[in-house]
Amino acid sequence: MQLSPQQIEQIATLARLDLSESEKTMYAKQISVILDYIDMLNEVDTTVVEETCQVTGLEDVFREDKVADCDEEVRKNIITQFPEKQGNLLKVKAVFQAE
Amino acid sequence: MKLNQLTIVQAHEGLKNGDFSSVDLTQACLKRIKERNEIINAFITVTEDLALEEAKKADKMIEDGKQQMLTGIPFSVKDAICVKGVRSTGSAKILDNYIAPYEATVITKIRRQGTVLLGKTNCDAFGHGASNENSMYGPVRNPHDESKVAGGSSGGAAAALADHQCIFSIAEDTGGSIRYPASFCGVVGLRPSYGRNSRYGIMPMASSFDTVGPMAKTVEDVAILMEIMAGEDAMDATTVPDVVPEYSQKLKVKSQKFKIGIPKEYMELEGLDTEVKDKIEIKIKELENIGHEIVEVSLPHTKYAIPVYYIAVPSEDSSNLGRLDGIRYGAQADADNLYDVYAKSRGQGFPEEVKRRIMIGTYALSAGYYDAYYRKAQKVRTLIIQDFEQAFEQVDLLVTPTSPFPAFNLDEKKDDVLAMYLADVFMSPAAVAGIPGLSVPVGETKAGLPVGMQIMGPRLGEINVLSLGHTIRIVLKNYSEI
Repeated sequence: MQLSPQQIEQIATLARLDLSESEKTMYAKQISVILDYIDMLNEVDTTVVEETCQVTGLEDVFREDKVADCDEEVRKNIITQFPEKQGNLLKVKAVFQAE
Repeated sequence: MKLNQLTIVQAHEGLKNGDFSSVDLTQACLKRIKERNEIINAFITVTEDLALEEAKKADKMIEDGKQQMLTGIPFSVKDAICVKGVRSTGSAKILDNYIAPYEATVITKIRRQGTVLLGKTNCDAFGHGASNENSMYGPVRNPHDESKVAGGSSGGAAAALADHQCIFSIAEDTGGSIRYPASFCGVVGLRPSYGRNSRYGIMPMASSFDTVGPMAKTVEDVAILMEIMAGEDAMDATTVPDVVPEYSQKLKVKSQKFKIGIPKEYMELEGLDTEVKDKIEIKIKELENIGHEIVEVSLPHTKYAIPVYYIAVPSEDSSNLGRLDGIRYGAQADADNLYDVYAKSRGQGFPEEVKRRIMIGTYALSAGYYDAYYRKAQKVRTLIIQDFEQAFEQVDLLVTPTSPFPAFNLDEKKDDVLAMYLADVFMSPAAVAGIPGLSVPVGETKAGLPVGMQIMGPRLGEINVLSLGHTIRIVLKNYSEI
């Protein structure tokens, strides 16, 4: 299956990836080859097969919902690494933009 | 023998007897790293000051009679695993300046013994790759032949060990990332059963496949490390509560005779290198000669393991890597609006293969394609698991080559993405099924490149896997030379 430039564009937007034109061309070609290979799975009849979501067989693993303090040093380390901050707060660009 | 060439067991004895100090041992490793890192490129970050400080502390512990198995022993950690207070890039520029504020549980367990951290090893970014050429810090070269790749994704971990830059390495295996470089570099590497070791603190790639495991120079060292690393962790709800066996004690018991299955789908694979095949067949013959029973088995869905893997894994990848967006930590690109902050930080901070996987995964999980790809793959996954379950009703263990060929040239497969994915052919089935796989070196090709044999066992069957690996390394070591 050949992915169109529009499809590649749309996937990149969904994935929040800024791609160059040459990357888009390259991925369109490569991903099409990979998806063709993966189509091999359609040879397998899976009408009565359950899907595997995890392999441990564990069910309902619970733990107490306790509030734990964050170590001061860890907290400082996290805040220091904010790419943009105001005081101790993480600063982000506006989520909504005026039209 | 130089100090940096020692195994864990030898280093432990030497430290105990006072033959040398942890500082001596650490300096020997650091000296080797300094001499070789420019060529081999196994380490992204070398923690020299921390290592010497930890070595001094370890010497004090030994002097005070508080020595444990790993006290004073220098080791390396794959850069996709977090070590508190240490730069952890995952081999991607988006985390170039990231100092992990917390630490993986398995690393804490190892460091609690008074070990010495030498640094963080190079890998394919976030574990994406089979050749270590997908690192944004350059490829790792194979110490056996510097024109060859070290294998991936844990190439730095294997090369550092094979080149005697450390005594052991801790790495991560999602689809073959421990076993593949172990076979290319001629060291021992174990992918444990999924759920055996805590995944807390490793950079998540594909959460239903990821495992953390040891790499060392001997099977005995790997067994020692597993005893320390394994076990339930409240921070990882997928860890199993099963008691951790005394793996290394079990190896000392007179070796058991196993019924060993040889999957015909593996040995009959087109493209299996004849020298690799010969080495494995010789070893199988030797195992038979010393009393193990050899039977041919069939794992009919083997060829579907790669397509299952390359749908399920990129899907989980694309979801997990959503956390890397340049907002809370890591490198943030200059941009005017929020969308561009995300897209540019990710576009610039991820290498080609990471972006390719995010693209495949995003497509496979997007509306209209979920059933056709992800759900279909998870169904075929069930059939691959059933293949193994049926095989393990007949046999105790399965033996195969680790890789269909020895280490290849740098750049040789770089542009053929599908060929690189197919390199995982013998390793992805165990990953898909969550069972353990050990790679042990069983000889070298005429060109001097190591060949690895893979031993697979049923879920949580590490004991027998390690036991047979030990037999191959110890009992058969001299056998083939006769």
